[in-house]
Amino acid sequence: MPVWQSLYDELKGSGFMVVSVAQEARGCEHARPFIEQAKAGYWTLIDAEHRVSALYGMVNVPQAVWINEAGHIVRPAETAGSTDHFRRMDRKTRTHTPEALVARKAAQDAYLNAVRAWVREGANALDEASVTSRQPRISEEMAQAQAHFRLAHWLRGAGRDAEAARHFAEASRLYPESWSFWRQAADLEQIGGAVSEKYWARVDALGDRPYYPPPDVPGFKPA
Amino acid sequence: MTTVISESGSFEVHTGHGLWMSASECERVTGWTAKPQGMCKADECVPLPAGSTRDGQVDVAAFWRWRSAPVLSSDAGDAWVLGESAQTRNQILLGETAPDFTLPDVAGTPRTLSSLRGNKVVLVTWASW
Repeated sequence: MPVWQSLYDELKGSGFMVVSVAQEARGCEHARPFIEQAKAGYWTLIDAEHRVSALYGMVNVPQAVWINEAGHIVRPAETAGSTDHFRRMDRKTRTHTPEALVARKAAQDAYLNAVRAWVREGANALDEASVTSRQPRISEEMAQAQAHFRLAHWLRGAGRDAEAARHFAEASRLYPESWSFWRQAADLEQIGGAVSEKYWARVDALGDRPYYPPPDVPGFKPA
Repeated sequence: MTTVISESGSFEVHTGHGLWMSASECERVTGWTAKPQGMCKADECVPLPAGSTRDGQVDVAAFWRWRSAPVLSSDAGDAWVLGESAQTRNQILLGETAPDFTLPDVAGTPRTLSSLRGNKVVLVTWASW
């Protein structure tokens, strides 16, 4: 989030806004320390039910959508500059090689430069046909999964954790592409659950497929 | 009272067996109005399935299933989710403007995406987990 603050400070006079949305079923109090640390001047919203992910077909964090002055989507949901370098880090010490750190930073900078060029010169906005063809398609299973997730969230708030867990699990079964559903449920089960052995096994099972599909912006080099 | 969670929020509703409720409650929760030709919203009218209205009451669960939209309830039947169908979600996502929403900021102030019209907006998700 600090990267968004500096970009926002740089561009806020140019009719630019960042809307940062926490996909956070534990709610505001859980997200607050992270937000206060970022000293954000832009909007930092709390979305306990992951409604933004549902509306825009997002499956992971961080993902971003670009919306122009007229309210039209000019880039559908895509990875907001993250890379798969983390898959090759030392999992015991959680450290990266110096080369990986440099490459990761370069990729993030490329993404932020793409935003900058859009705000200043209108670059990198896709035409309507490309936006339509790149939009995720919501399947019946995904729509059903979202309903299970919302019910699970309500049940958890009512203290019915066992019944909630059943609906979180059903959401992930119906919509296995959603890392957000799976990781959120794992985190609710136990703090740290989202980065557990089970998580790494799931990441490894991707094989050659990306965890963060690279955004198609100039100069972005995936891991 | 029964909690009904729809796209427009969470509502406390007087219901009969299942998800039978008055036509006015149905309109408040779902935005669909009961008319002689069926259930209507904006320009669209959908005929109701047989047996799903009686004495000014509507079986909203039956109506929702009829629309092929997700309907779920808690084991105790005291909470229901009326989800949007995949078809509706895709229509919203592929519509003229970005899907709108209102969410609280960290101070609890509701913020609505469409109020930022006139700006370029990067909408970005994150999480602590």
